[in-house]
Amino acid sequence: MRVMAQLAMVMNLDKCIGCHTCSVTCKQAWTNRGGVEYVWFNNVETRPGQGYPRQYQDQRRWKGGWTLNKRGRLTLRSGSRLKRLLNIFANPDLPTVADYYEPWTYDYDNLLSSPPSDTTPVARPKSLITGEDTAVTWGANWDDDLGGGPSQVGRDPLLARVSEQVKLEFERTFMFYLPRICEHCLNPSCAASCPSGAIYKRTEDGIVLVDQDRCRGWRQCVTGCPYKKVYFNHRTGKAEKCTFCYPRVEVGIPTVCAETCVGRLRYIGVLLYDADAVLEAASVPHDQDLYPAQLGVFLNPHDPRVVAEAERAGISQEWIEAAQASPVYRLIVDYQVALPLHPEYRTMPMVWYVPPLSPVVDVLTSTGHDGEDAGNLFGAIDALRIPVEYLAELFTAGDVGPVRAALRRLAAMRAHMRRINLGEETRPDIAESVGLTPAEIEAMYRLLAIAKYDQRYVIPSAAGADAHRLDALATGCSLDSEGGPGMTAFDAIADRFHLTDTNGAAPDDKAGRINLLNWDGRSTTGLFPAKQTNGPDHAADQPNGANQAGDHPHGADRAAEPANAAEPTR
Amino acid sequence: MTTVLWMTVPYVALTSFVLGHVWRYRHDQFGWTTRSSQLHESRLLRLGSPMFHFGLLAVIGGHVLGIAVPASWTEALGVSEFAYHLVSVSAGTLSGLVTVAGLAILLYRRVTVPAVRKATTTNDKIMYVLLTTAIATGMLNTVGSNLIGGGYDYRATVSPWFRGLFTIHPRPELMVGTPVSFQVHNLVVLALLALWPYTRLVHVFSAPLGYLVRPYVVYRGRDPRRPDVRRYARAWQTPSSTPAARR
Ligand code: SF4
Ligand code: SF4
Repeated sequence: MRVMAQLAMVMNLDKCIGCHTCSVTCKQAWTNRGGVEYVWFNNVETRPGQGYPRQYQDQRRWKGGWTLNKRGRLTLRSGSRLKRLLNIFANPDLPTVADYYEPWTYDYDNLLSSPPSDTTPVARPKSLITGEDTAVTWGANWDDDLGGGPSQVGRDPLLARVSEQVKLEFERTFMFYLPRICEHCLNPSCAASCPSGAIYKRTEDGIVLVDQDRCRGWRQCVTGCPYKKVYFNHRTGKAEKCTFCYPRVEVGIPTVCAETCVGRLRYIGVLLYDADAVLEAASVPHDQDLYPAQLGVFLNPHDPRVVAEAERAGISQEWIEAAQASPVYRLIVDYQVALPLHPEYRTMPMVWYVPPLSPVVDVLTSTGHDGEDAGNLFGAIDALRIPVEYLAELFTAGDVGPVRAALRRLAAMRAHMRRINLGEETRPDIAESVGLTPAEIEAMYRLLAIAKYDQRYVIPSAAGADAHRLDALATGCSLDSEGGPGMTAFDAIADRFHLTDTNGAAPDDKAGRINLLNWDGRSTTGLFPAKQTNGPDHAADQPNGANQAGDHPHGADRAAEPANAAEPTR
Repeated sequence: MTTVLWMTVPYVALTSFVLGHVWRYRHDQFGWTTRSSQLHESRLLRLGSPMFHFGLLAVIGGHVLGIAVPASWTEALGVSEFAYHLVSVSAGTLSGLVTVAGLAILLYRRVTVPAVRKATTTNDKIMYVLLTTAIATGMLNTVGSNLIGGGYDYRATVSPWFRGLFTIHPRPELMVGTPVSFQVHNLVVLALLALWPYTRLVHVFSAPLGYLVRPYVVYRGRDPRRPDVRRYARAWQTPSSTPAARR
């Protein structure tokens, strides 16, 4: 047994209102640069629908993820290593910008600079890639809310599998939103298909990252990821992907998408798993066994043997405690209401979903039934074949059993809580019929419905990830000591990463330097310190400055040590 | 003049080639990439790029054989001059033609696909001009001089001259009297080599052969002390300048 810790996310789809706030804030934080105009690390797609990029789930075409070869061994669906290398000059399975969408802007200037005329000036759409006029024909969420009707939505690759004769008639239609980020898989096929070995999984928290210095632009990872969550920056020639906002989670605060989620439907927590068991679990012969197999890889953080092994593996007390308090573990293991997205891709994804009950409730209510009655709900879950089968295609490789069980637990929760709200006598048999106790149902309700920020996000800080470095990092901020003003999460970030340019803490002579997060690779002005007569080394070693001590309290610890700071730091 | 052209220039170019790569590798890992444009256009690329790259690999292999292996060795193996000539010209012509066809498709694509044209930098353009000229003059030598013009035995002159550069016994006089097309080819290739480390061509040296033997999934620890101290310390304050590290 080799215990490893993984930061995982669960999203409760019943609460997603499809507002795209998560996508927008993520884009503002990470991909509002040249070369990644078309990239959404977080996107929200309407199901049924084609998704982004179009029909990415059709792996016969895109060849993402893993498959079993003739000898039953796990191998990349896109072919052996040798085959990947032979295809390195032209990747036959690479989506082009057209498969995502051609990013565009509008010629707003024409509205302002147009001379007086009889006709209203227009702002023409311009391609963000070529700068020329473009026709807007597709976008990252073009078929939002079933837009485009059957002719577009009907091209959903999952619909075809559900039934030979799916009709998207209005009265029988259903829909829900599916927000997606990188799954930070336990068995990441993106990393496995990177010829340079630039994509790696972090041992401390399982976050999958692209080393921008080692990526050589072979773009095999874009094909390798079945969720199409690695993107190629066409300006820098490097692959980029969701980073699980590691600079934020390292200081204990949630990802941008989770922080800003309007529905408050995202949960982040730690899972302990047995790294030695991953390969075997990912190689089970039948697709439908992958969901239970993955459950079998997770370790119970309350088991003393697991705790002992975790300690031996160097996982700190803070992380073990976080794993025990993990909301994600509760939803996935204790209540089994969260399911993985497309386990059949065999990457062991780590962003799980509570399937939406609302399509079922909606149909029930629209037919005049009581959508919160346990009996009605249970019956409807069984009767409404298409939504349930569709959800099963998404979450359990087509096995309706676990989906039905999860939906029944949600239904039982509804019925049980309604009785409490209306002051009726509770019926323990409702809870028991789904394998939970009334107390568990109520705890699940609190977690799903009213959990506060620090219950939804239980994120240990990275400083505690490896206990032996604790000493070195514990002195992170002298103001954090007894009697000091203490640090907020933002201060912690600012202090660690010196994001000083925008918060006014940069010394005057460096105020113009570039913020790397916004750098588009076009110019190097501001990247390097200006030449100074007393030597470049001296300039670079200047502490962040006495001149900030007055206006930013956290400058104080730096300003207090000018002598130290003048020494070489490396 | 002979000495400058066939001794100084080659050494300058080769020095730039070697030192340039070392310098770039140490200071510009982020810029070290193929900068592929397949994202913009895939159909033409899938036709032209494999032709070009595989053709060029064969061409380079042929150059290694023709330049590095002295004529006396092949003779010792019992390969007659005629047989050698036959093989080298036919294989050379074939791979050359594939390369040229591939390059033609790629250049056509560069020019006609707006997104790809837009992604072409000045650096790329200079590189393309040199590369195209090098390949064109090379083809001229193989096809023109050898096939049509009755054959030229470069293994008596050009090859020993080039080997001499590496054994530190440069013999620039060997290049005197060689056909002009060979001289031009050599000079263009030297220019290309000199510029090589500053262009996208560096990607040749990251051919990822290690992929065949490494484990599928790479694990790596987060090391707060390591990241890029050397590269960025001059420009930015890095996490390493937290109080703990300063002490
Ligand atoms: S979802 Fe993320 S970790 Fe998994 S294969 Fe894709 S990019 Fe890699
Ligand atoms: S912000 Fe939350 S509610 Fe809005 S689309 Fe994203 S996940 Fe759904």
